[in-house]
Amino acid sequence: MTAEPLAPAAESRGLEVVGLSKSPVWRSIRKFLAYTVLIAFALAFLYPFVLSSFTVFKTLPDISANPVSLLPAPEHGWTIEGVQGLDRGSIRIPRWTVNSVVVAVAVVLGRVVLDSLAGYALARMRFIGRAVVFALVISVLAIPAIVLAIPRFIVMKELGILNSYAGLILPLVFDAFGIFLMKQFFEQLPNDLEEAAVIDGASTFGVFWRIMLPMAAPGLIALTILSTQGVWNEFLHPLIAAPASPELRTLPVGLALLRGAFGEAQPWNTILAGAMITTLPMAIIFFTFQRYFVQGVASSGGKE
Amino acid sequence: MVVSGQSNPAFQTEASARARLGRGRPRPPGRARILKGEGMWGWIFTAPALIGILVFLVLPIVFTVWISFTEWNGIVSPTEAEFVGPDNYQELLFEDGVRREDFAKALRNNLYYVLGVVPVQTFLAFLLAVILNQRVLKGKGFFRTAYYFPSITSSIAVSLIFTFLFQFNGLINTILPIDSVNWLDNAHGLLHNLLGVFGVDEAPGWLAQTEFMDLALWEWLAGPSVTMSSIMVLSIWTTIGTFMLIFLAGLQSISTSVEEAAAVDGASSVQRFWRITVPLMRPTIFFVLTLGVIGTWQVFDQIFAISFGGPQKTTLTPAFLIYQSLFRDSRGGTGAAIAVLLFIIIVVFTLIQRRLTRETDR
Repeated sequence: MTAEPLAPAAESRGLEVVGLSKSPVWRSIRKFLAYTVLIAFALAFLYPFVLSSFTVFKTLPDISANPVSLLPAPEHGWTIEGVQGLDRGSIRIPRWTVNSVVVAVAVVLGRVVLDSLAGYALARMRFIGRAVVFALVISVLAIPAIVLAIPRFIVMKELGILNSYAGLILPLVFDAFGIFLMKQFFEQLPNDLEEAAVIDGASTFGVFWRIMLPMAAPGLIALTILSTQGVWNEFLHPLIAAPASPELRTLPVGLALLRGAFGEAQPWNTILAGAMITTLPMAIIFFTFQRYFVQGVASSGGKE
Repeated sequence: MVVSGQSNPAFQTEASARARLGRGRPRPPGRARILKGEGMWGWIFTAPALIGILVFLVLPIVFTVWISFTEWNGIVSPTEAEFVGPDNYQELLFEDGVRREDFAKALRNNLYYVLGVVPVQTFLAFLLAVILNQRVLKGKGFFRTAYYFPSITSSIAVSLIFTFLFQFNGLINTILPIDSVNWLDNAHGLLHNLLGVFGVDEAPGWLAQTEFMDLALWEWLAGPSVTMSSIMVLSIWTTIGTFMLIFLAGLQSISTSVEEAAAVDGASSVQRFWRITVPLMRPTIFFVLTLGVIGTWQVFDQIFAISFGGPQKTTLTPAFLIYQSLFRDSRGGTGAAIAVLLFIIIVVFTLIQRRLTRETDR
């Protein structure tokens, strides 16, 4: 056992149920088993997306005859009718995509501004009532969204923002999680810079804006990415915020109501095209900024 | 786990990060005021966020409780709604009728959903994390990415993809070596089906006759319907990645020295796994179980996109009932009462689980 070389960093830190076995034969059997499980699961997680992407470009008779194969049967061939169906009649994927983008951009911008201001104040300012504000933010974190659905509908109704972009955007902007995230980032920054800036005569807002905010950039990036993903995929809120306005649907809402529009014969190439259009932007963001996603989740369980 | 920004709470990055932060961390030691006018600026900085939180989060909480004691129909101004006291709760819990029956079905369906999804997703996530944590394997980054990918996609988009896979002539029926199954419109309970295999097709008299909340015991014991089970598979599939990452982080934080000391003492890899790794991972396992329970009691998106509560109400859930009460039945009061009850259920389940996990800990 002790003969095992100590690999660097994270690599060596795990338990090595397999790696520490003594017999080389047994070791390769276990390694083979491990890969078998890993590959089987990778297929189970990825194949549905791959199959859906290909199915978008198959004809409907082909899809019902060969639902599993990636490539179209020769007698049917490739088609773009699935994509053409995305803007036809009550299906308005381009419009819904625009809505999704508008809502995501507005909400994320709003969160970045509000959450960094509030997070900074809660982390680094001493003011009367701070503890109360903080306690309030903590307590609203624990309430499930579905429990708030009906009263939020009431609030939007009373404010007259149902069936409007304001209704889609505003309630999502206020988010206790982002305040926490930013508070945490600001708490980690050192005091010296702040003190030096004050001695140099910087105003309170100047200290925040020119010194501290740039230093919290990793926090802002994390907030932006996590919020973008959350808001883009959000279903419940846009569903209740614009019940009477098909033109205000976001992609998830439009998609969820899509199948009902067709009845028995489901045009799967079009439906899956909609699903893939919704998935694609998140896939791009995910593969580009994977580090932030992984860190975000990983740190949630690792620290105790 | 609140609020906004995620459709599938506790299943996504944002949600798990929320939970982490919610547990609070020690605040930095107090310091003297540095900035000019901190007392005033503190309020100026927090005010915009605070007002929004009060209007869109705190006020709604107060409203939920209040509306649950009225007969608000969702159309008139809630101030004009008639106050009816505990009538809504009474209807849901104690009065014979369709509302109590629906609520009972929703509770039953969701209970099976929780009991099915949470253990399986936790086990599989842990298994994959343990395998992925081995030093000797290559391509770990790829596998990690592949497993996590479904977690960051839209719940509605993956619901549509699964509907495609589970349709009668879809991929699932093609690759499974059994007769094709009608997955998505099938109200048969799994436990009933299992009993059917042993020749028990009908309820023994007392099970059929004894009712609890307008639902015969035989119906309570039906198990999740085939359709609900398909949705459970989808749920497990989407969530494994997130929990796997949490486990992976936990495994990597176990100090090598502990492992090595045990190895030097002659503990086999299996012993070390059960005696060291699993006990050390207990807090993480508990955390994942809690997130799982909180999330599964709120299942809504998948139900909406796939089955809309059917067939025969076997995929009705409390969350879906809340939506239906307001938007189909114009019964905001009933919906609010269900919301309050659902919140209580989630709190109670979390507490029970916390207690159970603590006890086995000793």
